[in-house]
Amino acid sequence: MPDPSLANAPSIEEHLEIFRKMVVVRRLEEALREMHRQGKTRGPIHCCDGQEAVGVAATAMLRPTDLLTSTHRGHANYVGKGLSTRAIVAEIFGRATGCCGGRAGHMLVADIDHGLIGGNAIVGAGIPAATGMAAAIQLKKLDDVAMCIFGDGAAQTGICHEAMNIAALWALPVVFVLEHNAYGLTVAAEKQSSIETLSVRAAGYGMPGVTIDGNDAVVVYRTIADAVARARRGEGPSLVECRTYRMTGFSTSDMGGYQSADEMAAWADKDPIRRTWDVLAAEVGAARLDALTAEAEAEVRDAFETALSDPFPVFEPHPASNPHSVALS
Amino acid sequence: MTSLRYAEALNRALREEMTRDPMVWLFGEDIATYGGVFKVTKDLLGEFGPGRVRDTPISEQTLTAMAVTAAMAGTRPVLEIMYADFLPLSIDALVNQAGVFDYIWGGQVSIPMVLRTQGGGGAGAGAQHSKSLDAFVAHIPGLKVVAPATPADAYGLLKAAIRDPNPVIVLEHKLLYNLRGEVPEDGGLIEIGRARTAREGRDVSIFATSRMVHLSLEAAEKLAAEGIEAEVIDLRSLRPLDVGAIVASVAKTHHAVVVNEGWRFCGYGAELSATIMEQAFDDLDAPVERVGAMDVAIPYSEPLEKTVLPDVEAIMAAVRRARR
Ligand SMILES: Cc1ncc(C[n+]2csc(CCOP(=O)(O)OP(=O)(O)O)c2C)c(N)n1
Ligand SMILES: [Mg+2]
Repeated sequence: MPDPSLANAPSIEEHLEIFRKMVVVRRLEEALREMHRQGKTRGPIHCCDGQEAVGVAATAMLRPTDLLTSTHRGHANYVGKGLSTRAIVAEIFGRATGCCGGRAGHMLVADIDHGLIGGNAIVGAGIPAATGMAAAIQLKKLDDVAMCIFGDGAAQTGICHEAMNIAALWALPVVFVLEHNAYGLTVAAEKQSSIETLSVRAAGYGMPGVTIDGNDAVVVYRTIADAVARARRGEGPSLVECRTYRMTGFSTSDMGGYQSADEMAAWADKDPIRRTWDVLAAEVGAARLDALTAEAEAEVRDAFETALSDPFPVFEPHPASNPHSVALS
Repeated sequence: MTSLRYAEALNRALREEMTRDPMVWLFGEDIATYGGVFKVTKDLLGEFGPGRVRDTPISEQTLTAMAVTAAMAGTRPVLEIMYADFLPLSIDALVNQAGVFDYIWGGQVSIPMVLRTQGGGGAGAGAQHSKSLDAFVAHIPGLKVVAPATPADAYGLLKAAIRDPNPVIVLEHKLLYNLRGEVPEDGGLIEIGRARTAREGRDVSIFATSRMVHLSLEAAEKLAAEGIEAEVIDLRSLRPLDVGAIVASVAKTHHAVVVNEGWRFCGYGAELSATIMEQAFDDLDAPVERVGAMDVAIPYSEPLEKTVLPDVEAIMAAVRRARR
């Protein structure tokens, strides 16, 4: 892969938008955790604090028609792919106005109009899912791409291997974005694989692979843009391993006790939002960033306000999406 | 007797069996350092060490296949599959390996493995973390399948499962882990294949599994106020099934309702219903009523999930239909 510092830089407007979206995600998750503390959420919620640069910058150059599969930890992907914050929040609170009518919940969010299909809570399932979509794109002779964002835990699943082999074999237009946050749920990456740098596996499939600083939004953007361009040209898949860290627990049900305080403190210093701020402040000044931050905060506040007063859905048999349902009562 | 939570009863069963037999070992995702996402394997890493209590990568298909052959090769592996929703990843190893070789190879191998998992809805965990796939595993010849509803049964059935020479699937329920109950001090094995009468009654038999036993008991109390005395049978063992207990209860009440949290269509309740029809037809005064989840993926939103899953009202309604 060419040196990512040389090409594919985001425009200043794109860069500012990445910043704004990262703030949206952070505030969204802070609000979710606060709601959880108040006992107002339902089911586990998986936050990506500290990983926003991956989810947002890796999707920033995608078209609405490019297809993305995500994980159980997809908030940054949802926002990155352009879904409305209100529809996301409404879905997380099981409201009829959610992007899946409250049926999906926060892990399975999908929005075909934005090319997100979708979140997935079966670890690893998004990898062959994106590969299959890439096969369809290839068959239809489109220059769209499929992308999957998946974790270091998912990288150890059997289907990951099978999907990467087929993707390279058929030169499918898919980008494998490995969001390496150092843990599965609670099992440290070094207890999941005997190699530290997972991108070396790409060589075994015959595709390019690289490991980058996933907390540097510009590096993420440039590297992924290169992989996306390659896929669009019909040259096949790439693997980009983004090293990052999950600042809060694996979910709201995390009871802790498996991460060292030193490790957490070291990563707190690498906060991708603060780093993006530093880079952008030098270019556009702090006032502009303050304004964007306020805008993002207002968007999240509004989303919670409206979504929380939205109605709950009423169960209806859904013959259109479940044609073979029997005995519904 | 001590009062333990269901999760603690399982933990104690594991500890005692590991102490008794050095060939018993545990593996699964997040079970060692963290002690399991439901804390069933809490402290066992410290007590038995990293050789016998192992965290694994996320690799259910391989883990299950390994449990089969590690058992064949002389150990007693206890594999935790974090959610029953992931059982489909294990099914190949169960249906094409675990259930096959003892019989096909004429008893040259035995497969004393245990696969523990937990299923069920009601926690707002969404379509991929809320299912009851009992029928998937209960369908497989060569396996045993148990589903404890109480701490005492969790303890006694898990111990029996570990000592059993056959592959045993232990189906736990996420909403039962905090349930408290009396557990016998030691021993307390429960024979796999024996149902338990949870409540005696003369008017109708409710055959239930796992958490549905508790909902059925609640329904029975409410129905008593209407003058209907329901007998509640906790099947405990899904395979082998205690057909004798089922037939005896139907002979007494002449009415049967079957309750399983899984989907009705081709579900475990269908097997129960057919068994009653085949074995106790002459004793029935009315068709068997079947309660289960509606035929859709389990939705996230609370009112939707509540509608789709079987509840006390659905059980009461089924009893009234059976008694009509
Ligand atoms: C097939 C499957 N096995 C296990 C789980 C339980 N589980 C949910 S998230 C998770 C860890 C995933 O780790 P990783 O892929 O690194 O994603 P991260 O949570 O770190 O974002 C596990 C084991 C699951 N959802 N699906
Ligand atoms: Mg991870």
